[in-house]
Amino acid sequence: MSVELVGLAVLMFAVTYPARAIPLLAPQFERLPPPVLAYLRLVGPAVLGAIAAVEVLVDDAATGSVLVVGPEAVAVLACAAIVAWRRNLALGLLVAIAFTALLRAAGIA
Amino acid sequence: MGGIAVSAVGFGIVFGLTARGAGFSLVEAVAFSTLVFAGASQFAAAGMVASGFGWGAIVLLTGLVNARHLLYAAALAPWLRVRPRPERAAMAHVLTDESFALSLVHFRRLGVTDGRGYWIAAIGGVFIPWNVATIVGHVGGQAIPDPTVLGLDVVFPAAMAGLAVGLATGRREVVALAAGVAIGLAVALAVDPRVGVVAGGVLGPLAGLAVPRRGGPAPEPVDLPGEVRSLAQRASDDGIAP
Repeated sequence: MSVELVGLAVLMFAVTYPARAIPLLAPQFERLPPPVLAYLRLVGPAVLGAIAAVEVLVDDAATGSVLVVGPEAVAVLACAAIVAWRRNLALGLLVAIAFTALLRAAGIA
Repeated sequence: MGGIAVSAVGFGIVFGLTARGAGFSLVEAVAFSTLVFAGASQFAAAGMVASGFGWGAIVLLTGLVNARHLLYAAALAPWLRVRPRPERAAMAHVLTDESFALSLVHFRRLGVTDGRGYWIAAIGGVFIPWNVATIVGHVGGQAIPDPTVLGLDVVFPAAMAGLAVGLATGRREVVALAAGVAIGLAVALAVDPRVGVVAGGVLGPLAGLAVPRRGGPAPEPVDLPGEVRSLAQRASDDGIAP
């Protein structure tokens, strides 16, 4: 059984734990400068959106990256729309999975 | 707390499936859920591993995505200051979106710090369900020979998109999300998908910052993200606070 990625988990822990611990352990820590806080709270939507878009819309072919708009992109968009509408990620995921599975069963995707 | 635990179980199972699909062994998947214990970055890392990203890029994005924990820790610091330092060091590791929301509601309702309540929320409500579900998802995935037939390969990008939309609670967040997507795609097509993700994550927020902030009530003790306010409300509705 592979354990190579345990090293990656340790590194990810190493960059996550300080954000969780420093404000709790350093009495002099009050708060980061407001511009830094404002930037940090925007990182989440930006990076997660970029990951989703690149994952589903870019095909990293040998000849270079190309834009691909397939049924999977529609499924992901549907999930995002449901989360925006109902604030329910589980429902969005279920719809995306069902949509993709149905299209593939029909030989469309 | 039940609603939060059920949510952790559902999402943990999906992570177990995703990790398995990305080629993680069971030990590796469990290591992620116990050591990192941060869902969004775990999903992102699984997808990036599957796509061949280098560890440096994954660690960089993990740091960026999880930097929001600074906000949570800063908000809880005044409450937990009375607890012994070693306990606070341990409490920090199980500080997540959910445990933060549950604890803050609980402390505010009581008006005092309740260390036992924090541990019940963080360990019983999130850590144990998340890790058990990761194992169930990974092991259960063995019964699924080809996850793509069932559409399970779309879980990762759909989860990333859903989480991103969930975090986009204001104009600045929406602009940062749109800019992250646009920059990420443009750089991915022009240079490389891996560079595109990093560029979108680092530069997208700068576009969001260019949007003037709307006026509103000053939150306390720190400006909490919208999804945490929502979690706090759910926790309150659940009657989590003992």
